[in-house]
Amino acid sequence: METLLGASQVTKRFGGLVALSNFELEIPERSITSLIGPNGAGKTTFFNLVTGFYQPDEGEITFRGRRIDGLTADRITRQGISRTYQNIRLFANMTALENVLVGLHPRLRSSWMGAVLGTGATRREEAWAYREAREILAFCGLRGKGDVLARNLPYGDQRRLEVARALASQPKLLLLDEPTAGMNPRETEEMTRFIRRLRDELGITIFLIEHDMRVVMGISERVTVLDYGQKIAEGPPREIQNNPRVIEAYLGRGAAEALEEAVVSAGSAGAAGPGGHAGAGAR
Amino acid sequence: MGERFRAALRPAVVVGLVGGVMALLLSLVGMVNAFAGRPIITGVLSMGHTLLFLTALVTGMIAARRVLHASRGAGRPVALPGAALAGLASGFPLAVLVLVGQVVNLRAVLQNANPVLYGLLTFGRDPGAGLPQLVLAGALVGSLGGALTLLPGRVSQAVVAGLGTMLLTGLFAELLQGILWDLGVPAATTRLFMVQKGLTVAGALVTGAAGALVQAVWASQTPKVRRRLDALPPERRRRVNVALAAVGLAIVLWLPQVLGSFLSYVLVLVGLYVLMGLGLNLEVGWAGLLDLGFVAFFAIGAYTLAILTSPETGWLALTFWQALPVAVLVALIAGVILGVPVLGIRGDYLAIATLGFGEIVRLLVGSDWLRPLTGGSQGIAHIPRPVLGNIALIGPQQIYYLVVAGCIIVWFVATRLRNSRLGRAWMAMREDEDVAQAMGINLVQTKLLAYGLGAGFAGVAGAIFAAMIGSVFPHSFQLIISINVLALIIVGGMGSIPGVFVGALFLVAMPELLREFTEYRLFMYGGLLIAMMLLRPQGLWPEPTVRLELAESEEPEVPARVTAATSPGQGD
Repeated sequence: METLLGASQVTKRFGGLVALSNFELEIPERSITSLIGPNGAGKTTFFNLVTGFYQPDEGEITFRGRRIDGLTADRITRQGISRTYQNIRLFANMTALENVLVGLHPRLRSSWMGAVLGTGATRREEAWAYREAREILAFCGLRGKGDVLARNLPYGDQRRLEVARALASQPKLLLLDEPTAGMNPRETEEMTRFIRRLRDELGITIFLIEHDMRVVMGISERVTVLDYGQKIAEGPPREIQNNPRVIEAYLGRGAAEALEEAVVSAGSAGAAGPGGHAGAGAR
Repeated sequence: MGERFRAALRPAVVVGLVGGVMALLLSLVGMVNAFAGRPIITGVLSMGHTLLFLTALVTGMIAARRVLHASRGAGRPVALPGAALAGLASGFPLAVLVLVGQVVNLRAVLQNANPVLYGLLTFGRDPGAGLPQLVLAGALVGSLGGALTLLPGRVSQAVVAGLGTMLLTGLFAELLQGILWDLGVPAATTRLFMVQKGLTVAGALVTGAAGALVQAVWASQTPKVRRRLDALPPERRRRVNVALAAVGLAIVLWLPQVLGSFLSYVLVLVGLYVLMGLGLNLEVGWAGLLDLGFVAFFAIGAYTLAILTSPETGWLALTFWQALPVAVLVALIAGVILGVPVLGIRGDYLAIATLGFGEIVRLLVGSDWLRPLTGGSQGIAHIPRPVLGNIALIGPQQIYYLVVAGCIIVWFVATRLRNSRLGRAWMAMREDEDVAQAMGINLVQTKLLAYGLGAGFAGVAGAIFAAMIGSVFPHSFQLIISINVLALIIVGGMGSIPGVFVGALFLVAMPELLREFTEYRLFMYGGLLIAMMLLRPQGLWPEPTVRLELAESEEPEVPARVTAATSPGQGD
């Protein structure tokens, strides 16, 4: 299996604070990989580095064998990376459909001249874009909500719309920043199934940040753990669950020893939950 | 009961006193005096008094609403006395002013606290008789305001429409008489309703009733008509729309014949501001790029046309039509050039940077350095008039058609742009620049196109302006034009195309028609903008939310390629 996204020796500093240090990562094509770690560990920083919001101070990031660090965010998107945000960042005063249409932007060609003159090519392209946007909305379970302003959508729909907008650019790699944050267990379950579908049906490689361990353990094939900007563990979910350094990072040294037993059993219960390894099995 | 009654009325007194202070302010800045010379109903009511009554009316409306809110159920019976009380209270500060004015000479400090004002406030009587009348009038108008709040919406809308119609016809009676004369209405008939500068009592009643009636019929019939239109098959609905547009266009084209030179000139000004407004709306309303130096592009359009056409500069002496596209192009390029240095600047900083650009252009065209090209502070004169066929477009009545044509073209372009890929990119950028970039939008290109196209629109306005006036001076391109354009798109509704037209009519035509306004223009702007932001932040005619998903999916639903059962969110 080929490596889709690679990071080597990536370091990012903010003033004196080292947010990410010598980070190494390889994400294989068509995999689902999770990035976990306590708050402030540098997870979102890495997302921002990959998508061009930040530039790394050292190291390089490659996508499909080509370097993408140093590129602007729009060019990285055009290469086939797309993302959602931890705190929802929809275009609040545009409708759901318009949000998806903006997502389609890199796949459209028409110029402003064409739009003003109303050329046939532009009209055909716009008609196609509207059809495509409606289909994407329907695929994400938002059929019939296209004309609602994004800010008026319920929370769960806003999360879904962010995914719909990200899908519109037909990414090879989709970065999801806490896709189930703030969701109730049922919504979380739906979102988990939906993410797996994105990989299974559309062949999109998924890379997600997540705090809900049940989601992480249930969905990912590989987990990478960050703490204070350093990678402290990497491997399949089962190994990570039992890794003492991970438990320590999450709970502190003393508590880790005391609670180890309880955490391990709770974690494995989660992993054995609904659809535990269906993703891996589907391949 | 008594205690509750008093508690409910307390807010009314507070609102009333605030209204009174407002009335006091309007009097002391001299507006009441200035407008007293403008009758609404000749011999009965002047615009000066109307200002005070409007204050009392609004005070009554607000007080009634406050009382209803505060009394929690004690409600309606208390609200009307509350409004009356507020109206009464709003008269007190004025009464105090008059009384103090009898003893102390306030004129040394407050220029407008003079006998003329006192005379107006006491209706020409001595204070003993006049002041009770003033306070009582306040109470009466206040209760009218309260009644408007309490009455069902339809009734109060009709009353407001009636009063508004009466007010406007009275205010513009002189202009209307001219128009009616041109239309061939006999002077004897007109004389029944209007005399010289105001309405007669009969005229006031008729216009008031007519306004109320039209509003009532409109309110009751519009939904029905709309339903009937919606029920029509698309093909016929389209035909109806085309017919309506044709009628509208015919009226627009016919207007200058009736309106005469002065009103046509006012409409030309409105049109020029519409052109600029559409341009700035593109930058600020859609792309979210605040621009306080917009007049620069207007100036560049005007100067380019002047330089290319005027024999004074001795350059090319092109005709208007040859120079117009060049002027637009130069303005467009100037927009792009301005855009480059401010690409990385956002928000407040951007406003200041663009402000600087506006001033730079004004100072440059007036500078000695560019004198050979722009004529320095003397500007450029002898700009030839546009010639169409063998008709020279000389007066405002002819330039009007040029402006209308410009507005239609620019409106068309703006509408097309708004619904295009570029328009969506602008709006995404306005909403969240970083995320827009992460959606694959090239910010540099998108921003420069916004500056360029917006500036191009202003260039059209500038070129027409130069050709209409026949000369250009640095003095014509002050910062106030940028502020006017920004204010009109805010009042009309940010991002809204019809809002630009409404805002321009409101902020450009009104001050031109009410010459007495000129002195208070900025004062009114300030008050109006604050009131708008508090009461109607979306503007007079906000941008409608486009309904596109359902509107176009009249074809059978998306085939079952994607089944609903498997998508998330369908479980409920």
